[in-house]
Amino acid sequence: MSELTHPAPYASWETRGWWEGAGRGEIVLQRCTSCGVVQHKPRALCVSCLGDTIEHFVASGRGTIHTFTVTHQNVAPPWNGQLPYVLAYVELEEGPRVLTNIVGADPAELRIGQPVVADFAATPRDDGEAFAVPRFRPA
Amino acid sequence: MTLSGAVAIAGAYEHPTRWAPDKTEFQIMAESAKGALDDAGLTIRDVDALFAASMTMSGMGIVDLAEYLNLKPDYLDGTNIGGSSFVAHVAHAAAAIHAGLCEVALVLYGSTAASNAMAIGTGMGAERRDPSASFSTPYGMTTVGSYALVAQLHQQRFGTTSEQLAEIAVAMRHHASLNPHAKMRQPITVEDVLASRMISEPLHLLDCCIISDGGGAVVVTSAARARDLPKPPVLILGCGEAVAHQEIGRADLLTTAASQSGPKAFGMAGVTHDDIDFCMIYDSFTITVLATLENLGFCKIGDGGSFVSDGRIRLGGALPVNPDGGGLSSNHPGMRGIFLVIEATKQLRGECGERQVEGARLACVHGTGGTLGVAHSGATLILGVE
Repeated sequence: MSELTHPAPYASWETRGWWEGAGRGEIVLQRCTSCGVVQHKPRALCVSCLGDTIEHFVASGRGTIHTFTVTHQNVAPPWNGQLPYVLAYVELEEGPRVLTNIVGADPAELRIGQPVVADFAATPRDDGEAFAVPRFRPA
Repeated sequence: MTLSGAVAIAGAYEHPTRWAPDKTEFQIMAESAKGALDDAGLTIRDVDALFAASMTMSGMGIVDLAEYLNLKPDYLDGTNIGGSSFVAHVAHAAAAIHAGLCEVALVLYGSTAASNAMAIGTGMGAERRDPSASFSTPYGMTTVGSYALVAQLHQQRFGTTSEQLAEIAVAMRHHASLNPHAKMRQPITVEDVLASRMISEPLHLLDCCIISDGGGAVVVTSAARARDLPKPPVLILGCGEAVAHQEIGRADLLTTAASQSGPKAFGMAGVTHDDIDFCMIYDSFTITVLATLENLGFCKIGDGGSFVSDGRIRLGGALPVNPDGGGLSSNHPGMRGIFLVIEATKQLRGECGERQVEGARLACVHGTGGTLGVAHSGATLILGVE
């Protein structure tokens, strides 16, 4: 359960801050320096004001489980080899809710509202990039 | 003149197949077109507008379909917003006809999802590079999982029970037992649903729609022209369309697209919930029906569990839902929206035999497309007879 393996993420120019940050063991979010809105998923510009003054910042990595589901069936690899696993939304302290997995816990013990902290699974590549997939575990 | 009541469904046909390994998608669409045009008393030569989407049609698939049918229509719409597409197509066709851009619209669907062994609800393994999927794929998000996230939140916040969700599956199966074409006709109980294997908690196997092959067609034309055709016109009285998604990470997962499209459709039709005789609601999963009824305003958000209990949504109840047995028991070839429109049409004409809703004059139809707790579309129609 805690050793969940993820497909390597596809990081575009717009989204690489998230995956690159995870590679350093950080949750990286976007904030608009014009209107102050924190947005997720990442985009090239702030979709609240359409300003191009986006900055990346390191978030606390703490949040709570907003909702979750213990997945017992997924026919696609690598998931079919690591059932059951937990799909969840985690509400970060900074506001955004992110789709993720919960690891390091007995699924039967999980509850909505439970505090969690970020946990990072490196996804090795052959081009020197150090990306990781952020998921969460009970705090 | 207002759009409401100006355009009608003149023909509808549900392909009887549930298993068609010997057919192609386009073949099922063409066979369905024949059925719906016969029903309308029209021919393929009368068609000047073509609407379709499918599980495998590409972005330009509507052009391929026009060629397959040897049609050169004046109006084309290959909008694909998931399973709700065909509900939206009917609204788009109504607007185009009302604007004078075309006169006879054919809306088509065909699919061999079952015989091609598509894992519609529990697959999603392929890498997609669009910004949306690139944040789902690394986490093993499945279609059923996206609905389960909503179900879990609903249960936690409002005390909705798995028994209440199961009640929806039991009602759909009861309706399917009265539908000779339905794929699953053996009655089930709440206990059967709860005893079926867990797919994505809290949704069990029997909380999930089946996978079948199938297809269907709908013919839309002006109400004036429809009145000269053999079948009673089913008037398009109201329509609405919406999308709900993760926003920028702040979405309320219990507020679905129906909360936006529903009021539009009711407002245009000038009717209230009490006027509605029955509903056709996309039942990809039991939670879809519960969340849709709430968001359309048939009950308050949070009250869906008790609302669907005590037989209210069964035939003979105060608000029958999916008298054909729905996607949970009749058919679900990947995208089910067209069947919502077809069954509503047949019910409003009084053609449904054992499963007929007594005195059906006004229907609320709502399609949901996509992944409920992640990103989905909604399309609502209010349909009625004169």
